[in-house]
Amino acid sequence: MLKDHAKLMQAVLVSGEIIGRKKLQKMIYIAKKVSFPFHERFQFHFYGPYSEELTLRVEELCNMGFLNEIKEKKGGYFQYRYTLTDSGKEFLSLNEVEMPFLEDCLEDMNEQNARFLELVSTVLYFDNLSKEEVTEKVFTLKSSQRYTEEEIDQAYAYIQALKEKAKLQ
Amino acid sequence: MRYSAEKLSEEKVFKDPVHRYVHVRDRVIWDLVGTKEFQRLRRIKQLGTTFLTFHGAEHSRFNHSLGVYEIVRRIIDDVFAGRPEWNDDDRLLTLCAALLHDLGHGPFSHSFEKVFDFDHEDFTQSIVLGNTEVNAILKKVGPDFPQQVAEVIAKTSAKKLVVSLISSQIDADRMDYLQRDAYFTGVSYGQFDMERILRVMRPKEDQVVIKKSGMHAVEDYIMSRYQMYWQVYFHPVSRSAEVILTKILHRAKQLYENNYSFKNEPIHFYSFFKDQVTLEDYLKLDESIIMYYFQIWQDEDDAILSDLCRRFVNRNLFKYAEFDPAKEYKKLAELNTLFEKAGIDPDYYLVVDSSSDLPYDFYRPGEEEERLPIHLLMKNGELKELSRESEIVDAISGKRRTDHKLYYPGDFLADESSDNSIKKQIRSLLEI
Repeated sequence: MLKDHAKLMQAVLVSGEIIGRKKLQKMIYIAKKVSFPFHERFQFHFYGPYSEELTLRVEELCNMGFLNEIKEKKGGYFQYRYTLTDSGKEFLSLNEVEMPFLEDCLEDMNEQNARFLELVSTVLYFDNLSKEEVTEKVFTLKSSQRYTEEEIDQAYAYIQALKEKAKLQ
Repeated sequence: MRYSAEKLSEEKVFKDPVHRYVHVRDRVIWDLVGTKEFQRLRRIKQLGTTFLTFHGAEHSRFNHSLGVYEIVRRIIDDVFAGRPEWNDDDRLLTLCAALLHDLGHGPFSHSFEKVFDFDHEDFTQSIVLGNTEVNAILKKVGPDFPQQVAEVIAKTSAKKLVVSLISSQIDADRMDYLQRDAYFTGVSYGQFDMERILRVMRPKEDQVVIKKSGMHAVEDYIMSRYQMYWQVYFHPVSRSAEVILTKILHRAKQLYENNYSFKNEPIHFYSFFKDQVTLEDYLKLDESIIMYYFQIWQDEDDAILSDLCRRFVNRNLFKYAEFDPAKEYKKLAELNTLFEKAGIDPDYYLVVDSSSDLPYDFYRPGEEEERLPIHLLMKNGELKELSRESEIVDAISGKRRTDHKLYYPGDFLADESSDNSIKKQIRSLLEI
């Protein structure tokens, strides 16, 4: 029951706390791309891969009382923090999710900033293209973020390392 | 004359109940409408199973695609033409992308994609870029034109203004389907003043923005989106039909995997069962093919498959109860056990359906840059996000409303000829 919801709860549980909706979106997308079985559908949007389904599931989990969402003001904008509630933990204990290497990968992603994860998820979105083509895409589609070639190299290296971690499953 | 600039000797029009007329002057557009891939959209309903609730909802993706094209045509020819921010060289690209944006949809897309784990958007790309009549026409415009169209539809084009006309939070796609779905379902919620919205749209480098003076027309559009979501798209009876449809596909797939011998070979499904769907296979599918199988599967020996098909064909749908997963998940586990004891397979007959299962969305202010919001263009040239100016939009978008329902076969549970005491317990748990 609610298997896809349970997977998201597991993701928040192993991450401890996820700060920012954008970060949450990118973490789940990246995890899905490195082969974890998340089923939310993503499309390319202005700020990179985004899933409305994921947004709705998170809202459902908040309404169910399984996820705790804290809205806080940061500078001129709002930021959201997500943690798993006790009833969420109880639900998960009865509906186990088997993704043993998820914790390593998500912990690692959670330490990165949202800007870098946006780049990583964009590189992964275009994984059918050559590195030159991807670089071109990043420079044109993400021009306002002003990513450098060095950052793009870092994104590729990061994806490789993440895949190694995930491959162990 | 270059093919891209070629005009028909006289304008063609399609009579349309929503926009009155759809006007075509460009040869390329006329030729695209005539392709077999585009004509296929006539055989795919825009609203899938909704016709089982709102009997008028039999309109097709063909109608909708023409509608989106017409809205975009009016925006760029009547509102954007001559404005410095708009590049008229993008006109044909925008019109083609608008017309073809739903080309990859298949019959009952949502259920098919869920069960067979694919995305119709990938098929849109394959049709535009592959060996198809559509591709041959686009290539006549220019060798890289199909790629340009594909990128606009996939939202990965650098021409963000063009993308936003077809896909954003106030785009031609939504403006057409809200009005069209309202018209064909017969509900009054989907109405809003589109003419007014079109008149206050302004092109900017990255997106279309709305003049502040048009805010109330946009509020009306957001309200209609909200109402249509809850009254039509998320109607519990349509969802019941969708649940049964999904379970039929699951059952057929499972039977195939278990080497079940179908009385009539489901040849159109084999590539889906094997997860090896080619474009050729995909284009052969339409709703009449699917309904043919559902018709003949009613006589299959497998009791679950034949029962589910009878339910779908004859509209004997599942009943539903409100379900609160947080408080009732233990009850659901109990029901699962009781269903098994009563010989009713819970995998097919006890289903939780959630609002997140729907392919429709609400307005999002994009507080953390998840999505690009609707921006109002203020008199001083500044851009402001819609919900910060509009209390109505703020009220709708700030409040989270979600919904879950539990579906079950009411007739099975009411049948007291077998396992009566267990069914009694089930009925008592379901409070029916």
